[in-house]
Amino acid sequence: MEAVNEMTLTFASKSMNENFARAAVSAFVLPLDPTITELADIKTAVSEAVTNAIVHGYEYGEGQITLNAKILPGGRVIIKVRDKGRGIENIKQAMEPLFSTVGGERAGLGFAVMQSFMDSLKVTSKPGSGTTVTLEKYIIRRNRAVNDERG
Amino acid sequence: MNVKTVFDSGELTALLSGDIDHHAAREMRLVIDGDIERFHPGVLSLDFRRVRFMDSSGIGLIMGRYRLMKLTGGAVKLENVPPALERIIALSGVRTLID
Repeated sequence: MEAVNEMTLTFASKSMNENFARAAVSAFVLPLDPTITELADIKTAVSEAVTNAIVHGYEYGEGQITLNAKILPGGRVIIKVRDKGRGIENIKQAMEPLFSTVGGERAGLGFAVMQSFMDSLKVTSKPGSGTTVTLEKYIIRRNRAVNDERG
Repeated sequence: MNVKTVFDSGELTALLSGDIDHHAAREMRLVIDGDIERFHPGVLSLDFRRVRFMDSSGIGLIMGRYRLMKLTGGAVKLENVPPALERIIALSGVRTLID
């Protein structure tokens, strides 16, 4: 299916870019007129995926994170967050809530949040060569009468 | 600075603001833990009234402070949680430990 719109960003694996990634995706999906909740869901999931790439993929080291977002017909949004970091040995275990390899300050909820806030979550990974997280969400088409208020 | 702290009558209040993500949570943690060490509060009150966004790093921040306060028999309170933050808090289950 041909994308209505698409964008790709590559940025450094630095924690200050978590905010940048959320803001960029948020601006990209805005023409679909998402509700505040839908927008918050997408921002939260993107934040989790980018944080995982920084903390687990690159283990706070240098690296590049690629974020690709597509809008498909029918309000379908597909977001891919890719790193070329260490990869995940056991995806099933990594996705279990409260499982965190770094302990301490990480709640181990990243994948649980992505799963619960998006319509679908797919993780592909190869140890030593990186991880790709694919997030999908439908932005439900509503009565566009609200557009009048916004001008 | 996205955290302001006040210590009064045994209670340390941390007024958090902006977005709580992995980047911002680090600074908040350093400030709060520094004050816990300095004042030894009986209660740590985390005030979320000015928080616009929070991902699971915020849950990590809450849980980490809960564990730290518990070491000295102290308690943690969550204050003024905006409705937008309730979903992730519910998902995390921290409410079973903290009011």
